[in-house]
Amino acid sequence: MRYTDEFRDPIKARALVAQIARHAPPLAQRLGRPLQIMEVCGGHTHTIFRYGLKAMLPEDAVEFVHGPGCPVCVLPMGRVDDCIALARDPAVIFTTFGDAMRVPGSQGSLMQAKATGADVRMVYSPLDALRIAHDHPEREVVFFALGFETTMPSTALTVLQARRDGIRNFSLFCNHITIPATLRAILDTPDLCLDGFLGPGHVSMVIGNRPYEFIVERYHRPIVVSGFEPLDLLQSLWMVIRQLAEGRCEVENQYTRVVPEEGNAAALAAVHEVFELREFFEWRGLGSIEQSGVRVREEFASFDAERKFRMPNLKVADPQACQCGDVLKGLIKPHQCRVFGTACTPEMPLGALMVSSEGACAAYHRYGRLNPGPPRPETVAMAGAQP
Amino acid sequence: MCLGIPGRIVAISDVRNKLGLVDVCGVRRQVNLACVVDERHTVASCVGEWVLVHVGFAMSRIDEREAALTLELLCELGEAQSEIKSMRTG
Repeated sequence: MRYTDEFRDPIKARALVAQIARHAPPLAQRLGRPLQIMEVCGGHTHTIFRYGLKAMLPEDAVEFVHGPGCPVCVLPMGRVDDCIALARDPAVIFTTFGDAMRVPGSQGSLMQAKATGADVRMVYSPLDALRIAHDHPEREVVFFALGFETTMPSTALTVLQARRDGIRNFSLFCNHITIPATLRAILDTPDLCLDGFLGPGHVSMVIGNRPYEFIVERYHRPIVVSGFEPLDLLQSLWMVIRQLAEGRCEVENQYTRVVPEEGNAAALAAVHEVFELREFFEWRGLGSIEQSGVRVREEFASFDAERKFRMPNLKVADPQACQCGDVLKGLIKPHQCRVFGTACTPEMPLGALMVSSEGACAAYHRYGRLNPGPPRPETVAMAGAQP
Repeated sequence: MCLGIPGRIVAISDVRNKLGLVDVCGVRRQVNLACVVDERHTVASCVGEWVLVHVGFAMSRIDEREAALTLELLCELGEAQSEIKSMRTG
């Protein structure tokens, strides 16, 4: 038997779906609408679409709401503009994860900046950026630090290594953001209706389960930290629905294979040593969210690109036609956005949710055929045309 | 970027900086092990173990079963190839 057989077992999947189909409809009936469960992580969104989980659920009883858990997707245009300004400085080698290359700013993307002469280099790891700095002492190497708590320890540890190695021409343009603050902002949205959460697996591997306690205590919503297999997600969804059916509200961990209760102590120690909370951080589509981002501590100022370089630091409004914010908050589904599949496609993204494979809009576009819903007819034709 | 990829630690390359050589689907790469070691579980004792690697950092110890599972999932999602490619070029 292959290892994966256990996680693709159709009998287990059917059993879980049957439980969901038994317990979700009465809850939905009481609410007068389908249960709305948000999967926070973009990786979960990808699995839900790839394996057509939505189609397995009882219609009108439970719906997935695709959360903000793709850091590339929530990056505001102003920050991309700052990246491009940095990259255009002849003294600078600008290094970034490949995912961020195509995110549109108001003056184009990093990819376009590179095509017109800026020294932009894709790296797999911040350690690669540090090596470039070591190899080019005459240049300033800036690393575009991006991501939630999953990638935060890697940049923190890279800064610690840069200090240990005495590398002075390396700095971070820090855009790290935190999941708990984001969930708080979403829960504070007045017109939001969410009944529970599937918690992110790899963020939780770093931070543990404790940081979600406010969700159950203050907002009275259940959250189940979930793995990435299709059966993981079905089981986690069932755990959320069972909590709702039994009138419980707890932080539960379905992904115990990887997520320890307390998180990763070494990773958290490095993060706390190098970073501190910002008062505010700007998100694409969601606006300014209190204490949702981190910056480099004063002690490490020489590794902070925001202190080292002058940047435009301008706030740029999201494109008006884009409805990324409404999608992120679960107010509309991607295909209900007015530019979905027309002005905004994976090839020419207008909104950031279309850029990354983990973005809700890109997933809808890619797997549109597998998930029939009530979209506008012309957008279905567009999605259906994609392989 | 956010998805981890499983790999097996095949050698220790730098004890002071806690760096090891990890094999991911036949591609060998230097990976930082700081997040999966402590006094009880030293750098030297890591060889042969499976870890989940995020952007060049081992973030979690996993067993062989979990490694196979995650790898297959990444292949099916179409994420494994691009991750391995960027590891190779990075």
